[in-house]
Amino acid sequence: MNRRDFIKLMTGAAVVGATTAVGCDKISRHGDATQNVIDGTGTMTYRVNPNTGDKVSLLGYGMMRLPVEGGGAARENPDSPIDQELVNKQVDYALEHGVNYFDTSPVYCKGLSERSTGIALSRHPRDAYFIATKMSNFGPETWPAKASKLIFENSLKELQTDYVDYLLLHGVGMPGGGKNGMEAFYGRFVDNGILDWLVEQKNNGRIRNLGFSYHGDVAVFDMLLRWHNEGKYHWDFAQIELNYLDWEYANEINPRNTDAVYLYEELHKRGIMAVIMEPLLGGRLASLSPSIMARLQTREPQSSAARWAFRYAGTPQGVLTVLSGMTYMEHLIENVNTYSPLRPLSDDENRLMMLIAKDVYELKAVPCTACNYCMPCPYGIDIPGNFQHYNKSISDDTMPPHDCNAEQYKALRKKFLADYDRRVPKLRQANHCIGCNHCVQHCPQSINIPAELQRIDNFVEYLKQHPA
Amino acid sequence: MLRKIRIIFALICFSALTLLLLGITWHGYVYMTFVAKIQFIPAVLALNVTAIVGLILMTLLFGRIYCSVICPLGVMQDVFSWIGGKIKRNRFNYSAEKRALRYVILMIFIIALIMGFAPLTTILEPYAAYGRIVNTLLKPLVDTLNNYIADIAWEHGSYAFTPVEVWLRGVTVPIVAALTLICIVALALKSGRTYCNTICPVGSMLSLLARFSLVKVRFDKDKCRNCSLCEKNCKASAIDFRNGTIDYSRCVVCGDCIDKCRFDALHYTLDRKNQQHEVQIDTSRRAMIVATTSATVAATTAKAMAAVNSGVATVSDKAILHRQHHILPPGAVTHDRFAKKCIACQLCVSACPNNVLRPAADAGRFMQPEMSYERGYCRPECNQCGQVCPTSAIKEFEVWEKTDIHIGHAVWIKENCVVLNDNVSCGNCARHCPVEAINMVPYKDKPFQKIPAVDVTKCIGCGACENLCPARPFSAIYIEGHQQHVYA
Repeated sequence: MNRRDFIKLMTGAAVVGATTAVGCDKISRHGDATQNVIDGTGTMTYRVNPNTGDKVSLLGYGMMRLPVEGGGAARENPDSPIDQELVNKQVDYALEHGVNYFDTSPVYCKGLSERSTGIALSRHPRDAYFIATKMSNFGPETWPAKASKLIFENSLKELQTDYVDYLLLHGVGMPGGGKNGMEAFYGRFVDNGILDWLVEQKNNGRIRNLGFSYHGDVAVFDMLLRWHNEGKYHWDFAQIELNYLDWEYANEINPRNTDAVYLYEELHKRGIMAVIMEPLLGGRLASLSPSIMARLQTREPQSSAARWAFRYAGTPQGVLTVLSGMTYMEHLIENVNTYSPLRPLSDDENRLMMLIAKDVYELKAVPCTACNYCMPCPYGIDIPGNFQHYNKSISDDTMPPHDCNAEQYKALRKKFLADYDRRVPKLRQANHCIGCNHCVQHCPQSINIPAELQRIDNFVEYLKQHPA
Repeated sequence: MLRKIRIIFALICFSALTLLLLGITWHGYVYMTFVAKIQFIPAVLALNVTAIVGLILMTLLFGRIYCSVICPLGVMQDVFSWIGGKIKRNRFNYSAEKRALRYVILMIFIIALIMGFAPLTTILEPYAAYGRIVNTLLKPLVDTLNNYIADIAWEHGSYAFTPVEVWLRGVTVPIVAALTLICIVALALKSGRTYCNTICPVGSMLSLLARFSLVKVRFDKDKCRNCSLCEKNCKASAIDFRNGTIDYSRCVVCGDCIDKCRFDALHYTLDRKNQQHEVQIDTSRRAMIVATTSATVAATTAKAMAAVNSGVATVSDKAILHRQHHILPPGAVTHDRFAKKCIACQLCVSACPNNVLRPAADAGRFMQPEMSYERGYCRPECNQCGQVCPTSAIKEFEVWEKTDIHIGHAVWIKENCVVLNDNVSCGNCARHCPVEAINMVPYKDKPFQKIPAVDVTKCIGCGACENLCPARPFSAIYIEGHQQHVYA
């Protein structure tokens, strides 16, 4: 079954051509922001978790990119503390507008996300929201049962609660501790008995839903679903990366990854609800190159790229919630609008997104979502900074051609090199990467980081050696 | 008229040279370096026969217009002298030439030049003195301003200004430059061209010719009413109105006297009819140059590296390591040749876009530049130092020639290498070597640890390996300079 068929099946009688026309015949003399809002005229779309009957908002709040004092998130202002007032304000807004799923982890925001989430949420009744957190025992030093249990107990403490609604084995399939994805999975969850212990906690009511988030080695994903079939373990939900680029191109972009269409359908046919992460690929799908954007705007002049991406991720009925790490109130408001209610993609729109995906794929950006898991690089490289600069040149349509005789080469070269020095200090640029591979096992996107950095280094070297 | 023409030409040459020394060249690079290359001593050092003959002929024909137009230090003095004139009008008086002093200094300078004794030549040479003043005192200010403008422009989407690193390349040169500036400004404000006509070896050399120049400023005794304005406005103190004489060895043909004369008694002309022999009066009112003791120019401390993000590891700066032999740019040919030819004008230091060139740390080489690779390396696409050098201490070379000129060779220091210390694979030196002179080979009995092995016959000494080596503060691979550059 391909995606189109299944949308047909699932959406069936659902509202396909929902209201698109808001506005009036008269000329307005007053600015009215709602005039530009296509969606968001009603209430939040909810999906039901069949295990517990939870009515979960289609928009889930990801607590990984919390705003910091001084503006932006940690990526922009690494030394600033989390701006708790803003977090409170945004959580309040989210709850008021029907968002009830909050996804955090003990490792987010340098380990401070759970506390901040706990502070914001504990100001509201406990039954007004669902908390999702994770068993983030990545480092081998946290693999012993005692240490892993402590992580969970600490999560409850930081979140100021005595139960977690959704608990995930964090990042199954990722390598770690010098081991490959499968070995790391056994080391983290099986050999130390933690998985069984978590099942116990579920039976005790301290965990309401047990699931996993998956990145990397698909053999681990397949094994977990086999266990599900065999009745060895029951997965109440699973978190996967899904967006219109990864739907069919995840594997093409990086052979170590698996297309979202496979992951989703494997879950769906087993009735396991999917929680979606990276609907925007860390913002990359929110900022498309002008020519690609123009095609979406031709279809719908007032829709942002992010809105298209969210509609895409939320359309499949097997999706429980779509997580968005919303740093800014503006993004929260827009995303709430997009899902209030969801206007599912039509077949035609779906076809358009697949064409857009092809074009985005062909731009060959580095598939980095700036999650910062790779940091700090022991040799000081600002890894996401290098990739972001490269990707921004692509999405801005300002990438110099790899041919010094080409038109525009001179101006674009100057811009590329000047912006590079401004965005990434010289000491932290790609040419300082020694290829120690320390970062590789930390990348949820399985990017071969040293190879990509060398690719950028070689390109920069070409630009430098060819003034015109 | 003469004065106006002189001012126009002087300003053109002066600003071209100043901008060149500031590194602001836009597209006028070739024309601007021309002004540097017709400087007298640089032309002599570069054996630039055309320029030398041209300058000699010019002086024989027209007098010391070189000093008024081409010499930047001279023009700078004129600027300050003009300011001095605004403070106190008609402040000059005739004084006798200190001939003995002039020629003693000239002789010492010539001997030093032939012997290649840099400390003396670099200090006395007027163009180099000006170069140092601009490079170390003015350029940091201009660069800082440039960076502010670049920031603003960038925020508005313009790439017209490129930010540059502002850093202290050494302390000797700024101190020497500041002392020079203080002395010369003080003298210029008070007494005009004293420096040029007492100390400057180029001035003395040209004055030998200027005595016999064809066209001169001459008195018309018939018209002169003895008002003394000419003498009181002669910044060279060369006019004796009472005797109607002009000391042509010191006259820099500025034309101020002609403009000041209300009776049309002075002419810049071939006409010899009223020529008088210059006379000498032996009284002296001039004070000798005294080195100003003020050492107020405090060294601005080098800025520590930009605040480190918590998301990124701390990276310490590279430290300057001790090299047995210093490194000179391609085109320097040999260390000895360079030491004799370089007058330490710092033009190449200004021009180097990779933060490689700086004045030598070692006092023996007295402000002459050398290379070091803590902040950058000698990039393969650059040949700017050779293009700007007016004395040909750095001969011009083509970009493609760089891979054929071996200015040094890389040396591996086992104790610093991260491959062995951090137990990681690296090879950043080998990866960035433009001539593939470094091979990564298994280390003894540990076949998985590959260490760099340098093929010194291939290595050109560009420093890419040293600069990009992850070991800090001391690199695990560094360049030793060649005393004789190897061409191959």
